[in-house]
Amino acid sequence: MAAVTRVNGPLVEVDGLDGAAMFELVDVGGVPGEIVALAGEHATVQAYEYTGGLRPGARVASLGAPLSARLGPHLLGGIFDGLLRPLDGTGMWLEPSLLRTSERRLWPFRPSVPEGTPVAPGTPIGAVSGAGTLPYLVRSPGGTVTAVRPEGRYAADAPVATVGGRDVTMEWLWPVRRGLPYRDRLDEQVPLITGQRVIDLLLPVRRGGTVAVPGGFGTGKTVLLQQIAKWCDADVVVYIGCGERGNEMADVLAELRELADPRTGGRLLDRTVVIANTSNMPMMAREASVYTGVTVAEHFRDMGYDAVVIADSTSRWAEARREFASRGGALPAEEGYPADLASAIAAFYERAGLVTTLGGRPGSVTIIGAVSPPGGDLTEPVTTHTQRFVRAVWSLDRDLAYARHYPAVSWSGSFSRDAAALAAWHARNGRRDWVVARTRVAGLLAEADRLSALAELVGTATFPARERVVLLAGRLLREGLLQQSALSAADAYCAPERTSRLAGLILGAVDDCLRLTERGTPAGEVETRDFSDVLRAKERP
Amino acid sequence: MIELEYTAISELRGPLAVVSGVSGVGWDESATIRLPSGETRHGLVLEVDRDLALVQVLEGTSGMSRDGTRVGFAGSPLRVPVGAGWLGRVCDGRGAPLDGGPPVFGTAAAPAGGFPLNPTWRVPPAEPVLTGVSAVDLLTTLVRGQKIALFSAPGLPHLELAAQIAAQSHVGGEPFSVVFAAMGLTHADAAAVRDALELRSAAGELVLLLNLADDPVIERVLTPRIALTVAEHLAFELGRHVLVVMADMTSYCEALREVSAARGEIPARRAYPGYLYSDLASLYERCGRVRGRPGSLTLLPVLTMPAGDITHPVPDLSGYITEGQIVLSPAIPVYPPIDPLASLSRLMRGGVGAGRTEPEHMDLAAQTLAALARARQAGELAELVGAGALSATDRCYLDLARAFTEDLLRQPGDEARTLEQTFERAWRVLSVLPRRELSMLDPGVLEARYREAA
Repeated sequence: MAAVTRVNGPLVEVDGLDGAAMFELVDVGGVPGEIVALAGEHATVQAYEYTGGLRPGARVASLGAPLSARLGPHLLGGIFDGLLRPLDGTGMWLEPSLLRTSERRLWPFRPSVPEGTPVAPGTPIGAVSGAGTLPYLVRSPGGTVTAVRPEGRYAADAPVATVGGRDVTMEWLWPVRRGLPYRDRLDEQVPLITGQRVIDLLLPVRRGGTVAVPGGFGTGKTVLLQQIAKWCDADVVVYIGCGERGNEMADVLAELRELADPRTGGRLLDRTVVIANTSNMPMMAREASVYTGVTVAEHFRDMGYDAVVIADSTSRWAEARREFASRGGALPAEEGYPADLASAIAAFYERAGLVTTLGGRPGSVTIIGAVSPPGGDLTEPVTTHTQRFVRAVWSLDRDLAYARHYPAVSWSGSFSRDAAALAAWHARNGRRDWVVARTRVAGLLAEADRLSALAELVGTATFPARERVVLLAGRLLREGLLQQSALSAADAYCAPERTSRLAGLILGAVDDCLRLTERGTPAGEVETRDFSDVLRAKERP
Repeated sequence: MIELEYTAISELRGPLAVVSGVSGVGWDESATIRLPSGETRHGLVLEVDRDLALVQVLEGTSGMSRDGTRVGFAGSPLRVPVGAGWLGRVCDGRGAPLDGGPPVFGTAAAPAGGFPLNPTWRVPPAEPVLTGVSAVDLLTTLVRGQKIALFSAPGLPHLELAAQIAAQSHVGGEPFSVVFAAMGLTHADAAAVRDALELRSAAGELVLLLNLADDPVIERVLTPRIALTVAEHLAFELGRHVLVVMADMTSYCEALREVSAARGEIPARRAYPGYLYSDLASLYERCGRVRGRPGSLTLLPVLTMPAGDITHPVPDLSGYITEGQIVLSPAIPVYPPIDPLASLSRLMRGGVGAGRTEPEHMDLAAQTLAALARARQAGELAELVGAGALSATDRCYLDLARAFTEDLLRQPGDEARTLEQTFERAWRVLSVLPRRELSMLDPGVLEARYREAA
């Protein structure tokens, strides 16, 4: 019989687990854990919950599978912990336990494939309605459909069909540390519209892309991510509160419950899966939460949907890995992080992508990960490694935040490697002025930045008129285009057409000023013109 | 239950004792250590390995020898008696009475580590705690259930301000209590805190836990946990609005570092343990409001930034967990030296406004901050080119900054201002500016309250 021999926080050593496999789930005295090292009949287990009171000699049972997510129609609109156990409907205090609730809901199922049809793996054989805002597709393992249950209400774990001799249920289990299979990766570049002008225009993200959002505390990281969770045009949003504040999660939940999805009219929460493993919830479940989140997104991708994973923050995930590695006595590399930090970060972001699913439809997982650099230091290992593996970085700037310029995305300190390709997509899709606007806005901002650094030394009075207009243009672009209030009903979300229009309006005003100065109007006179109409345009719908 | 005692101490090192030959001892259990002299000390199990238990001795191992010392284990992680009996009491950092009274017995016992509050049971904080300190109430309003840190450079009166807030705070007519956890305070500081809170203590609204600078360092790790366990019960079981003040968190973190070093753990930034974030979160996250319960737990951790450095791990990690900060700066010449531009209450928007404070509160605060920011720029310019070269408008902003500092910010340590008084002062300060400059305020409100200085 297997028993605990040593306990040091979440690190539990076990003897007698014969035949156990790496990463297999075990029950150590009533607390769930995962095998992370094996030596002879001796296993090291990382416990997912608080192990207070756990003693040597406590019984250990193997649960026979690695940490797996229960993927089913209950996901959309639900709130879960880092191990994907439902939090809704459970107790006020989260005491350690193996299982929190069992679910007996019945789901309306409608078959879409008659008996006798041969189907490829991943092909939908029916849909469940009422599970969030999208039809939840039940997919086949492949083979000939030998039996299908008629339309009706079934439990998630009840067979609704038999395909290739196997029972098909609405839900299934998948080990979270392994990506769900797909047919091919697609190279096509389609933008994910976030509704935030500075991003959509200057630093766009593509469907299936990856983004890191580094920012010190107080730079508005959480507000920006919440805006994207609310307004981006994905079908499914998986929001992972990975070691962040409980009050913030309560706020996200309250807002998602109240806000209507502009595309469906339903609640935003009904297209969202919230994984709330806040900072004081078990540390190892925090580590697991980013994997459960991506697995859920892949599950919806496989139905042919566009899913977005927002993880706030991946630094807490990396720190949980560091904490455990250090307890286990692993040799530390940079700043105490284990040596596999870079490869772990790369592997996580590589689970994003636009793919052809097994069923043949396109679907995507986009990953947006917040990074919380200690001391706001962008040279620390989690930030630097992450920057290497993502397609875009939206770097949040403390000076902008202190000046109450939100979103405080630094246009000079950020990048998007997909910007040119996505601008071309806009041009192909009827927004020919997009590329022009983008190029001019970026150019003017860069020039204005350079000039204002110079002006701090010598003042602006000595500048030629054109340069003074460029400085003015920088201000108009910042205030009239890049700043966007998360609290404004008219401006919280900005569609590409409107972004295009606003950019055009401001660039037009800049052109007017340039023409005036070319004709000899003194720069001082141009600078004192009333631009309030241009600046307030963003507050009008 | 029968408590087994063990006498086989195989090793004593720093604050740690290794007890061998134990059985049935669990991780994080509390222990009682009896010395041959009859003295009793307390401990926590940091690790169990087969028949060895690694015990951290809270009072330190000084004077302990391997022979004759007996160690008993409680059979569970540390539990704290909870209940209204704590109100009005003064205890040491472990919860033992310092006021000459009997030990505090509770109506129940709760685990000192607490359990995480289910995020789905949380209610977003939405009503203010009024502190009577103008700069806080106007610009960085405390919201019931919020955690907001008080950051200070060394040598500034952060404890005075924390004590003033603890003494004056209220939530209208509802039951209110303060739990003050002192960690590593000097005797003089502790005495000042006791004086400032005397009335509150006499009214049976205060729990004071004092771990002083010469008290056992290791005990410091326990003090905030006991305070929070008591506070959670007062808030969520007894329905009181509780303000927990924890000072000084820097001392707490140093104690944690000491334990970590004694255990031979791999150090992270500045030798603090790699789990400092998780550990701080396990304290700070115990604030909040709970669905269907009347009380609230508001948390004010106080910390000195070593060398005034806000990127030091302790303020940095605290800043990542708390919902805002009140920053004291040596550049501010009056008491309280709050730097309004560096301070922020993230939850303020939800906690102020019509029906809570004043309808125009948020706009008034935004306008004041915007004006102070402009005044700061003008001030920097004036230092370069001389005040004479400033525009008339810029000079108005300098006047506003002066009026703000003198009329609103400056406040004696024993003066509690009502919200009305604070607003009156705020309007007087803003009225220093020409009316056209107040573009963030509603014209109707301006009509009613703007009174240009003669």
